[in-house]
Amino acid sequence: MTASLGSAVLALAFLALVFAAVAALLGRNGERRWVDVSRRTVYAACGLLTVCVVLIEVAFAGDNFSFKIVQQHSSIETPEFYKLAAMWSSQEGSLLLWAWVLSIASSLALYVTRDKLREIVPYATAVLAGVASFFTGLMLFAGGVNPFARTPGPVPADGIGLNPLLQHPSMMIHPPMLYSGYVAFTIPFAFAIGALVTRRLDADWIRATRRFALVAWAFLGFGLLLGARWSYTELGWGGYWAWDPVENAALMPWLIGTAFLHSIMVQEKRGMLKVWNACLVVATFSLALLGTFLVRSGVLQSIHAFGESTVGPYILGLIAVVLVGSTALIVSRLDGLRSPKRIDSLASRESVFVVNNLLLVALCATIFWGTFFPLISELFTGTKSSLAAPWFDHYTTPLAILLVLFTGIGPLLAWRRVSWASARRVFFVPAIAAALAACGLLALSDAGSKPWAFALFVFATFALVGLVQEFWRGASARRALAGGSRSAALVAVVSRNRRRYGGYIVHIGIAVLLIGIAASSSFQTKRDVSLRPGQSAVVDGRTVTYVRPTARVDKLAFTAGAVLRVAAGSETFTLHPTRRFYRPTGQPASGIFDYFAGESDSEIGLRTGAGSDFWTAEQPDISGLQRHARSADAGFKACVAGVPGTPPQCKAVGALMRAALANPSLRSPALAKIEALQLQTARQIAAGYVSEATPATFRVIVNPLVTWMWIGGLIALAGALIGLWPARRGRRALTADTELEALKEAKYREIRDAELDHAAGKLSDEDFALLDAELRSEAVEILDRANGNGSHRDEPAVAAEVGSGD
Amino acid sequence: MVALGAAVLLAAALVYTSFSASSEAKEPSQLIGAAPGTSYDMTGKVVPGSVRHHGQELDFQVADREGGGPILPVTYTGTVPDPFRGGREIVLTGEVEHGTFVGERDTLVTKCPSKFTTNDS
Repeated sequence: MTASLGSAVLALAFLALVFAAVAALLGRNGERRWVDVSRRTVYAACGLLTVCVVLIEVAFAGDNFSFKIVQQHSSIETPEFYKLAAMWSSQEGSLLLWAWVLSIASSLALYVTRDKLREIVPYATAVLAGVASFFTGLMLFAGGVNPFARTPGPVPADGIGLNPLLQHPSMMIHPPMLYSGYVAFTIPFAFAIGALVTRRLDADWIRATRRFALVAWAFLGFGLLLGARWSYTELGWGGYWAWDPVENAALMPWLIGTAFLHSIMVQEKRGMLKVWNACLVVATFSLALLGTFLVRSGVLQSIHAFGESTVGPYILGLIAVVLVGSTALIVSRLDGLRSPKRIDSLASRESVFVVNNLLLVALCATIFWGTFFPLISELFTGTKSSLAAPWFDHYTTPLAILLVLFTGIGPLLAWRRVSWASARRVFFVPAIAAALAACGLLALSDAGSKPWAFALFVFATFALVGLVQEFWRGASARRALAGGSRSAALVAVVSRNRRRYGGYIVHIGIAVLLIGIAASSSFQTKRDVSLRPGQSAVVDGRTVTYVRPTARVDKLAFTAGAVLRVAAGSETFTLHPTRRFYRPTGQPASGIFDYFAGESDSEIGLRTGAGSDFWTAEQPDISGLQRHARSADAGFKACVAGVPGTPPQCKAVGALMRAALANPSLRSPALAKIEALQLQTARQIAAGYVSEATPATFRVIVNPLVTWMWIGGLIALAGALIGLWPARRGRRALTADTELEALKEAKYREIRDAELDHAAGKLSDEDFALLDAELRSEAVEILDRANGNGSHRDEPAVAAEVGSGD
Repeated sequence: MVALGAAVLLAAALVYTSFSASSEAKEPSQLIGAAPGTSYDMTGKVVPGSVRHHGQELDFQVADREGGGPILPVTYTGTVPDPFRGGREIVLTGEVEHGTFVGERDTLVTKCPSKFTTNDS
């Protein structure tokens, strides 16, 4: 019943989206009615898809195994928390998530722009509704991926269950984060297409969608971070990144998205790089689609092995349409995209942005080549060869080091041009700090033995000190202007320039994150040691003692663990790594050996510290356990068969079984009895394991500074949030009625930015005078346009309004 | 111009090194009778029910991914990734000795459980 209702609602959502796309195109010449109708239809489709998601979630929560998706990915025993997350561990559920999140993002974007960008919006709506209808249609028509498909045959009593490896808090939020990131990049793409079609090639579409690009970037980044965390704490190998195709697929759009977020600032402020930006937004969206495709296609061998499915070719088709269509569009609009302006000086923020863009694109191109190399090599040599992590590290390391240097240089330079004197002033302290850090590292640590890591530490120091100096100078300038304490001035200057300082905080986070990666990958100590209870091993100066084994059995899993005591100098702590062996779910238990025939996963023993992490995972020797389980199972069989010579307790079980076979009503109590007995036996085996002192292998990793990787990621996320939060002035720009208003606000902000740069000592008096005059004359031009030719406004009007934002 | 030159250089380096650094994955059917003393990346599917623990040593059999074909016995010592079990796809580096594939320590890679398969399993 609910399944057919769900299918109907899904079909309705599909029709609504197709209609919205058509209606939007009907309104392309300014028929507001059609545009309004199309926008409202997108809202309605969002509502319908929400109903679909709710129906699926209700089915998961209520163990409705007549839904195939529920039967295949959940079970009665699956914890409630993970039942809700099980939706996106399935192919069809993840497609529904894609379509649903896209409909939400589209509705938001269309709501924000409902009275703006009148020419662009109809086309943007058509693109958004088109992409959403594609994914909705995929579920309906591609075959085998309808989330409302029924379980064939009679409704089973229980489901197969969610893979225990996926039962981790990160997995609850990691996929929705990634999808939200992928999906939100559709918004800038759609508006870019609208701008290209209508030849409205100024920065209006960028101003309207910048926030969505930033949200997409933050979501994708956070999703990547959560995936890395899951790998580090759940997978039992101790790493967080493996250059696996699926990881690369999510990293590539993030890198190009990063480039895009920087280069659109150049278009906003200087009207340059229009072709580049159009290409970047198309590339970002295509890479997001490619990521969606890769995990579903089975084209590349990934340790994620998502397997082939029916939807791959369709997504590939969409990518081809997007690429060919967008390229044709960009080429046909090249005349309008060329900028008359040139970059004034190499020493300017825009030229640093160009360098950073090239580095990011090079990084992405390298990863792209490495990821698709198996296909490339098959094309040329006939055999599928793959590239391993060292190849990726070889190229990405130097590029990352250069990038961290530029995260420091960029914020120190002002827009347009910087004189030698100003540059010397802002570079002095960070350069000295970097030199000191270099000497300190060489003298006090063995960082010099790893030149790449050493270079990264030095450059990151430069960047961090430069960024902190920016905050310091900004606060000082504010204090000179408004008085008050330094901390109050800092809060004021940050909250009044959220975009700028939010961006700086992201840079700090990225620099910290890269320090964490460099340190933990270059100076990690990893050892596998085999120990018997009571034995010790020394790893990186720390003594690890295997104190005693532990074992625990419940209906779901057999858990073998270890109590480890670690003595590091004066500090002693206890870790408890375990390995859990799960019974296969979704089928009746056949014996104790089942415990060792299903999935297993590690619970690591982790001691986190600011200096280093102490990471342990256990690999118990289960050959003895398996032997005992086999013989116990054989004993049970003999019991049931009534083989003579079995103990009396066993005879009772045999009698019970025979009675149950004769009388079906006795079956379930008999089975329960057997299960209880099996559990009891399994517990005896567990107790035997603890007393037998079996050896176990431990992987022990000392990971220096790895905590800073997670902290850096969170700092970057916080920076993105600060940059997103509308400031009072930003709110005015958001609600600006016309593009001209928005343009005016943007120009005023530029003037204020220059004033802040001047007050903070980043611009010399001479540079500032020149820049300020340029900006003000540009502002007067905008005011003239706003007021028509009649009333001519002049510089005093600009001055009055620039200052009026307080 | 500088950017273009750098791009060409990077592209050339990528192409050159990737062909020399890549390693070729072979399936069990291609490894039967392979010359001893040569290291290969073997990829295939663990035959369900063939996994035996002997102390720290792990013995199992691997078949081609597509199924069918010959079965290659494998012996391996070292870290076993969590998802390893019968029926899973693995990649392992090692050599063939007397008809048995001897894995190098700690080179066993197991693919994560398939999430997005549409065929009923």
